[in-house]
Amino acid sequence: MRTIRIGSGAGYSGDRIEPAVELAEKGGIDYLVFECLGERTVALAQQARMRNPDTGYDPLLEERMRAVLPLCAAKGIRIVTNMGAANPEAAAKKTAEIARSLGLSRLKVAAVIGDDVLDACKSHDLPIMEFEGSIKQLGNKLLSANAYLGAGPMAEALRGGADVVITGRASDPALFLAPMIHAFGWAMDDWNLLGQGTVAGHLLECAGQITGGYFADPPYKDIADLARLGFPIGEVGEDGSLVVTKVPGSGGVVTAQTCKEQLLYEVHDPTRYFQPDVVADFSQVSVEEIAPDRVRVSGGRGTKRTGTLKVSVGYVDSFIGEGQISYAGPGALTRGRLALDIVRERLKLTGVAASELRFDLIGVDSLHGRQVSAHANEPYEVRVRVTGRTENLREAVRIGNEVETLYTNGPAGGGGAWKSARDVVAVASVLLPRELAKPRVQFVEG
Amino acid sequence: MKLREIAHSRTGDKGNTSNISVIAYDAKHFPLLKEQVTAARVRAHFAGVVEGEVVRYELSNIAALNFVMSNTLGGGVTRSLALDAHGKSLSSALLDLEIETPEDSR
Repeated sequence: MRTIRIGSGAGYSGDRIEPAVELAEKGGIDYLVFECLGERTVALAQQARMRNPDTGYDPLLEERMRAVLPLCAAKGIRIVTNMGAANPEAAAKKTAEIARSLGLSRLKVAAVIGDDVLDACKSHDLPIMEFEGSIKQLGNKLLSANAYLGAGPMAEALRGGADVVITGRASDPALFLAPMIHAFGWAMDDWNLLGQGTVAGHLLECAGQITGGYFADPPYKDIADLARLGFPIGEVGEDGSLVVTKVPGSGGVVTAQTCKEQLLYEVHDPTRYFQPDVVADFSQVSVEEIAPDRVRVSGGRGTKRTGTLKVSVGYVDSFIGEGQISYAGPGALTRGRLALDIVRERLKLTGVAASELRFDLIGVDSLHGRQVSAHANEPYEVRVRVTGRTENLREAVRIGNEVETLYTNGPAGGGGAWKSARDVVAVASVLLPRELAKPRVQFVEG
Repeated sequence: MKLREIAHSRTGDKGNTSNISVIAYDAKHFPLLKEQVTAARVRAHFAGVVEGEVVRYELSNIAALNFVMSNTLGGGVTRSLALDAHGKSLSSALLDLEIETPEDSR
């Protein structure tokens, strides 16, 4: 039976680079996938592109490509990535330029474009899923609308001979499904195969999260050598069989436990994991350790895809102002609470216009709120944190200022004040009739 | 004993919804999880955090439960005022849940 080995070289845009180099060097892989595009990243990238039309792709694209292209070219490893963000075409051109500068002029680079569906969303005024309202009601706050594309266009690019395939918004598992569809000629309506392939893609897409990252909890869950955490490899057979493993000698582990945790990561109803190409069913998945750092994962299934694509809509939501200051030693908790009371009252007295405010003590209740944290011990030091949502930057700035003034106008011993004010680009979702997205593949001259 | 003794857990986020897996280290404890780690109990445990409903899914092949908690992430990861906007630290709080064990099941 034919098998391909797919390495996962990044689980988010800022991820470590050296594990991808290790995969290319020693992983015996056929494909290297970089998943680098978070929910809101594409909206931020769209803003960058509006300022400069040659940008809008992942800021680490050049560094990653320079690190892996020579190895990948030498070994025939093909790269699939969503580092195109809001501008896959410019990312492909940049990659071709980097390849040339490295003496790899024969490298074939393809961009998948067409995930930008802003016009289609506007003309159909689709309803927003997360809150009452529609696209039109976002008015000039609307920044971007990008459809989660499926594996089809990426597989087509591979079929066309691309050594590097660069997309914008695509479903994360689809980045992995594309090489499987291409290598094995899977039919786009073989729902069970696409479902099992989605399981593989889902497990691999967060890179280090299946090899021991986001996992260690000593002494219950000890992981060796996390500093050199290696990234995963999926060995996928043409029948959809899957073994998850990693580069021998790299840090971390692949165990049944790491695979189970990642299987359910960001999953809601496990029988219906909606993807552009299939509705995957994770409910009957089994995992089995067959050797050290080798876990067989089977039982993924699927049913017919839906008629719509999920679209990420980026919009300017609000502004957030924030301030922090620390107290320590005997009575730190009491002084921290006093500081919060003072700021709460001052924000009222000075009439700061905030639609939402939050008062936290870092080290006490900032992560899970006062009720969940009620029985915690008193800490040696606490950090006051006040944040609020405003309609403009000027009001947001005032929130951090009211924390900073605690230096000379608050309890004793306040130190390390810090403040910030920023605009918030938020993301909501709409469902777009699938035929309204028209993705296409564009090859860039190397 | 604490849930942490018999199960491990991971949190994921999508929009304003958080999901937390609870996975038995040993499948023999799965009935205990099903019996005691109910959606209602999880919702009560996260008082002040979860503002929506909690739905529980069972995955018997891997001896795991999946809790999906709506209206939990301060209006959504991309706009939340919270320090941990993703709610990634929530799994650790859930493992603090008290589990009553019959002696023979330890």
